[in-house]
Amino acid sequence: MPDADHRIYLLAGAALFAIGFYSLLVQAHLLRRIMALNVMGSGVFLFYIALAAQTPGPIPDPVPHAMVLTGILVSVCATGLALALADRVQASTGRVELEEDEDAADPSDATPVASDERKEKPSA
Amino acid sequence: MTRRVLLGILSLALLAALSWAALSLPAKPTGLTEASLAQLPESGVTNPVTAVLLNYRGYDTLLEVGVLLLAIVGVWSLRRGERPANDLHDRPLLLSLLRVVLPVLMLAAGYLLWIGAFAPGGAFQGGALLGGALVLAMLGGRGRRVLNHERLLRTGLVLGALVFAAVCAVTMLLTGGLLQYPPGSGGTWIMVIESAALISIGLTLGLLYLGGRPTGETGNVPSQNPSHNA
Repeated sequence: MPDADHRIYLLAGAALFAIGFYSLLVQAHLLRRIMALNVMGSGVFLFYIALAAQTPGPIPDPVPHAMVLTGILVSVCATGLALALADRVQASTGRVELEEDEDAADPSDATPVASDERKEKPSA
Repeated sequence: MTRRVLLGILSLALLAALSWAALSLPAKPTGLTEASLAQLPESGVTNPVTAVLLNYRGYDTLLEVGVLLLAIVGVWSLRRGERPANDLHDRPLLLSLLRVVLPVLMLAAGYLLWIGAFAPGGAFQGGALLGGALVLAMLGGRGRRVLNHERLLRTGLVLGALVFAAVCAVTMLLTGGLLQYPPGSGGTWIMVIESAALISIGLTLGLLYLGGRPTGETGNVPSQNPSHNA
């Protein structure tokens, strides 16, 4: 078992990941989902950095540090692309949720025909 | 409601599994510190993180530069960017701040690039500063002339990937291995890649803030306010 100094960071990383995972599944709004993915990513980064700090030697393990550095930049760029995609979804459907989410959340008045029509319109 | 409860239980189970995995890790993991430090004198830099990024695992960084390029190409093809505000006179404080902060940020980005060879720093950190400087400049309505030069922006965005690929090709010809630098010259190659990557990373991060293509035709881009929005 890792020592008490590092345990808290590893557990906090795991908790951030689980919180983000829950929000990703529960929230329908795309902006909240993008934020949830970022929270999950932060959990992974925290976990990696805590692992790097544990290794013996004069300095922390540089390999996880390099991977987190790469990960941060990739997650920023992925977030930018995801935001542009979410905006495109809003521009084409007028909503910031994906079609299937509403059907799943509210199966009673699911009207697949109507939602299909809505999808077709922007191409006109 | 039941769906939320079920997903909550699922997330708690995930938390329990992750915590159990974290707590059952060895107290003293071996890690790669020793291996990294052993090769450090031959890597051309003295900062182990930079050595990992651009020497031992250079292909990771090569692919990362490609991911950055893909992201900005994706954003540009999806949306047209909102032009920075032109209400300069409403923001006297921001403008006077910019005059002091922008040159300092540029200088600091260059410093971080240079110091990355010996201490924490490098193209990513410098690029983040450069991207922040670009966002600040756009907030203050600056840099409009640069934003109108799309060819210049495109060149800057692909510069990192192009130089990185060129270094891959040249080092392959010289040594026969992908990103295997000729002995003794690692530091130079790393600095060449990082200088180009700094510009591309800074531009990518700054232009992502615009959220789309800064100039050009609106041809394929959907309108921001759809009329069929009931």
